[in-house]
Amino acid sequence: MNALDSGTPRRIGAVLLRHWYLISGSWPRFLDLCYWPVVQMILWGFIQTYLMRQSDFFAQAGGILLGAVMLWDVLFRGQIGLAISFFEEVYSRNLGHLLATPLRIGEYIVALMGVSLLRTVIGLFPATLLAIWFFGFSLYSLGFALIAFFFSLILFGWSIGLFVAGLVLRYGLGAESFAWAFIFALAPLCGVYYPVSILPGWVQMLSALLPAAYIFEGMRAVLIEHVVRADLLVYAGLLNVVWLAAGIAGFLNFHRAARERGMLLQLGE
Amino acid sequence: MDTTPNPSKHDAQHAIQVEGLTKRYGEVLAVNGIGFAIRQGSFTALLGGNGAGKTTTIAMLLGLVRPTAGRITILGEDFARHPKALLARMNFQSPYADLPRRLTVRQNLTVYAKLYGVRNAKAEIANLAQELDLNALLDRPLGELSAGQRTRAGLAKAFINRPALVLLDEPTASLDPDTADWVRAFLARYAAEAQATFLIASHNMLEVERLCDGVLMMREGRIVDRGSPKALIAKYGRTNLEDVFLDVARHGARANEIAAP
Repeated sequence: MNALDSGTPRRIGAVLLRHWYLISGSWPRFLDLCYWPVVQMILWGFIQTYLMRQSDFFAQAGGILLGAVMLWDVLFRGQIGLAISFFEEVYSRNLGHLLATPLRIGEYIVALMGVSLLRTVIGLFPATLLAIWFFGFSLYSLGFALIAFFFSLILFGWSIGLFVAGLVLRYGLGAESFAWAFIFALAPLCGVYYPVSILPGWVQMLSALLPAAYIFEGMRAVLIEHVVRADLLVYAGLLNVVWLAAGIAGFLNFHRAARERGMLLQLGE
Repeated sequence: MDTTPNPSKHDAQHAIQVEGLTKRYGEVLAVNGIGFAIRQGSFTALLGGNGAGKTTTIAMLLGLVRPTAGRITILGEDFARHPKALLARMNFQSPYADLPRRLTVRQNLTVYAKLYGVRNAKAEIANLAQELDLNALLDRPLGELSAGQRTRAGLAKAFINRPALVLLDEPTASLDPDTADWVRAFLARYAAEAQATFLIASHNMLEVERLCDGVLMMREGRIVDRGSPKALIAKYGRTNLEDVFLDVARHGARANEIAAP
């Protein structure tokens, strides 16, 4: 069986359209996407303003906390956006319909990534504009490095999101809470708000396995030292290849197990 | 319907050929080595009590459940080798699967038209809306519709790609008698126009008698009897299929009288 054919873009587009209908058809749903990133940005913006008045370090490294919180949201929204888009099919008991169409499982994974990208951009863009207006910090001042940071973080988010979606495929909606819990368990290891070097030695070894740890280190290098650390981006990129391969393999294995156990028609609320 | 228990030839005359199809969940044998062949252009009912293995059989024919053993040939092709190409020519409706309730009927049909590669989706949706009396409902979210209206929307999805093979699980269960009657008329009209094959799981024996030219009776994962509705009624000395169903469900088939090829 071919993994791709001429209908691949159309089928991926159909899944994207299904989620665009869902998002665009409800203003509360649309606002919900933007709400938390804006609230987070405002909260951390004021913390940063306070610290800048108290500390020379923060005064000189303006935007370090705001940059961190918004980049963290790329990772978090990327992960949760993929997982929630998958859960929508489970909640609506639509998964059986989708998987009994010509849609390939690989196409479905790509479509979920596309929906996640859309949700992340919709959610974060207003927060980045408001950060300029409220606190005079532009995330876009990171320059071209921002593009690398963004895609590196969202790829890592998709890896985790695929694994969590696979868990729900295999174990049902009882595993849904992992979508929220798993990513927050990794947050202390990623060095979002502090350098990984302050962590205990054995924890640093775990951090070294996470692409996000290199990205937040890279962000601090840009904002504090005004240098783009290509070495950190390369490490993050290589680790992302491994994590994404593991995420896809996990999802495919859980899908195979769900098909084996007759879960695909049973999943739902 | 071909009454051959284990058809060995695969030919273009049969829309579905199943050999030794088995599904085991741990210790539970949900489907136990069944074999049947369904002629193209025919209506076949899959009957049996709850837990007989009907839904598992249909799910295996759709690729949603992986068989433990056996072979499925659909429209002359090995399903295990060409599942997605075959699924493009099939469709289904089941009470175990819903369409997204926050999307309107039209949005749902548009998404599925794209998934199935329907060339003139707008015209096809308009045609199905006319056939299934959905015109007034097209722009309403599915969640606002009654159970019967949602069933009709689900049927529209099941025909969006003008399938050659349609699998329906309780297609008229939530419909009032009048609506159920014209839905059955629609199914018969579609079958005649498109030369389509239907496999229907139903508990409505009058519906089966009216629509189907073949019946497969399942019990405890096995096909225990098969034949035309009239032949089965005569064989069991009953006046209707419902009594035959009750005989099979309560006492099993007349094993020594299973129709010969």
